[in-house]
Parts: sequence; structure tokens; C-alpha cells
Amino acid sequence: MSGFLALLSRDLRLVWRRPGDVAVVLAFFIVATVLFPLGIGPAANILARIAAGVLWCTALFASMLSLDRLFAADYEDGSLDLLLLAPWPLELAALAKCAAHWIVTGLPLAVLAPLLGVTFGLPPGALVALAATLLVGTPTLSLIGGLAAALTLGARRGGALLALLALPLCVPTLIFGASAIETLMTGEDLLAHIAILAALALVALATTPWAMAAALRQAGE
Amino acid sequence: MAPTLLDVADLACRRGGRPVFERLSFALGAGELLALTGRNGSGKTTLLRALALLVRPEAGTIRWQGSDVQDDPETWRGRLAWLGHLDGLKGDLTVCENLLGAERLRDRPAADDRLDLALVAFDLNALAHRAVRTLSAGQRRRTALARVLLTQAPLWLLDEPLNALDAPAQQAFRSVLQNHLAGGGLAIAATHADLGVAGARTFELAG
Repeated sequence: MSGFLALLSRDLRLVWRRPGDVAVVLAFFIVATVLFPLGIGPAANILARIAAGVLWCTALFASMLSLDRLFAADYEDGSLDLLLLAPWPLELAALAKCAAHWIVTGLPLAVLAPLLGVTFGLPPGALVALAATLLVGTPTLSLIGGLAAALTLGARRGGALLALLALPLCVPTLIFGASAIETLMTGEDLLAHIAILAALALVALATTPWAMAAALRQAGE
Repeated sequence: MAPTLLDVADLACRRGGRPVFERLSFALGAGELLALTGRNGSGKTTLLRALALLVRPEAGTIRWQGSDVQDDPETWRGRLAWLGHLDGLKGDLTVCENLLGAERLRDRPAADDRLDLALVAFDLNALAHRAVRTLSAGQRRRTALARVLLTQAPLWLLDEPLNALDAPAQQAFRSVLQNHLAGGGLAIAATHADLGVAGARTFELAG
């Protein structure tokens, strides 16, 4: 476990040394989201209707944007060999990398989303629901994205390939995340949607680390 | 000759469908150094990676004190210190952070006293708090070698350890390596240059 925490804290420290990498991702999220109200115009009923879908999609794209460096940096400087040679399971190392990615992208996205929701004219209840769904749903995006990043390691045009691999796998999370906001209008149970998002996150947590470890070992050969 | 610790038998590896080496066998005891030589592409790096289980051997066994290392790869990895042809350092972290971080990744407690010894051994004291990306290639190599020393692992696997080192740094490396061997350690180094360590055995890969 201490190896897991050591890797997590190392990756967070590396991000802290280069805050620009994270700032670009968050700036992309803000700019891409704000383009929609500007493009569609101030029709409040339309904006409130599409807000959740737009915010979830842009969060998904922003999350993908930073993933191609997740393992590539370690691959290029030789640190990946040290992770492969660490005397504890590689699955935990992959999980630590994804956890670091979630802390510096998923978490800030969930915090920023309600602020951006205001520009779509979402009611306060919907803003809270939006933050809650992103908080529960973004770990899945980091895990699935991490798997795609591990699989595309060393491939040319890895970034585009990564998105092609990861985005379809993120569809269930996107559907339940975006539709959760509508429950407030239709009177369905919001908690049920959040429970499904949590279940998807747990499935990703239980499966992706093994696949990531296998992909990383393959890349190390 | 010292009793055998590492016993490699009939090892074979393929890269891209092409056999790199076949039926390769050697044994190494405490305090012994094996220098791997051979032309470019003769499989020196592949052999080191196979010994570290980074590359799956096609055939053959690697035994440590009589037991197959593939049965318990995590314990085996704990016995290894690795120096690849890439230094494995993070440019945005300082020399100290890199060294201590690497030790923590090996699941070992932070070791400030051992860190000082490793820094002194490779004359890195003045650079200890410099970001690695500001260092020269030789200084980075010295940092990577200090990381190897810090592991206190019994078996060192070194890929071209003398790369980019100037004469004083090569001398420092020699004395560190000799200390490691004198303390009963083992080392396998792929190298083009003479390591300059007395009693080193040489294994030439034909390729």
C-alpha cells in the first residue's frame, strides 16, 4: 500500500510542478462548454434542456485530453520499467496513476461544472445533481481512459486512437450521468441514477486495473 | 568459486519473431560480476530484460538459490536493482526527490542516511536539490547509478552503466561496484567498454 501512496504522491507532485498541464484541460472544459450557449442563443428552455448532456460530453472530452500522457511520460523516460520492477502488484500502480488523474481532472471538473451550469440557466437543485453525478461518474472515465492509454502506449497517433477506444466504453456512464439531471423534471429517483453510476465505477475499478497491468507489461517488452 | 546464487539454464528469447539467443546458460555466485559483451543487436539488453522478467523468455529457467524466479516474481523484483539505457528519472523532480521516490516505489522506508552515502559516492551533493531536467547527461547517469546503489539489492542489472560518464565518475562507479561485489553482491552489466573491475567474467553474445 505504501508503494501505491508513493506513486500517487509522486504523480500529484509532478502535476504541481507543471500546473499548466491541468490548467489547459480545465480551460478547454470551460471554453468548450461556454461555446454552446453562445452558439445556440439565449433560449432558456433549450439551454436548460441540453445543459447536462453538453456538460457531460465536454467533461468527457476534457478528461480524454490529458490521458494520452498518463503512461506515455513514464514510458519515454524509463520510469515505466521501474514501475514494472516494483516489488508490488502492477495493478495497484495502474490504479494509483488513474487515481492521480482523477484528482487533478475529474474532481476539478465536478467542482467547475455547477458554475458553468449557471450559464445554462439550470436551477439550483440541478446544479447539485450535476456535481454529484460528475463526482461519481468521472472515476469511471479516468479508469477507462487509463486502460485506453495503456493499450495505445507506444502507438503512433496514440491520442486519437485513445479517444476512439475510450469514448464508446464511456457511453453508459454518459447516458446515466446526463439523464440523471432530467430526473429532477420528470420526478424519477435521482439516487437510482447515481447508484447506477457508482455501480459502473465499481465495475471499472474491478476490471480495468488487470487489463491496464497486462497492457503495460506488453508495452514493456 | 563462490556457491551459485543465480543459475540461468537454456534461456531463449525471441524479438519480433526472430530468435535473439538460444540455449544460453551461465551461473553466478556471490561477489561475481558478469560483463555481457557482443555487437549491437546481439541481445545484451534483451538478456537483461529477460533476467528482470520484463521480457518473457521463450524457453529456459532462471533460478535464484535453487528456486525458479517465475514462481514468485514480486520477491524476485525486490532482489533486483535496474539501470536501463534510459535513466528512469523525472525531469521535474530534484535529484533527492527522484532517489527517495524510487526507494518508496520499492516499498521501502525513506532512508536519509543511506541517501547521503549514495549522494557522496557519486559526488551529487551539490546537485541534490537541482531539478533533474537541468542536469547534463552524465549527471543524470550518476543520479540513476546512485539510485541503484540506494536499493541495496543483491543483484544489479546494468545496461551500459558507463554511458555518458566522465573519467572521475567512471572511477566512482568502479569503486561502488567493487564495494557491492566485496559485500557479496552480484552484478550483470551489458557493456562495450572495459568495466575495469578485476576478476570480472565476460560472456560474449554471438548474435
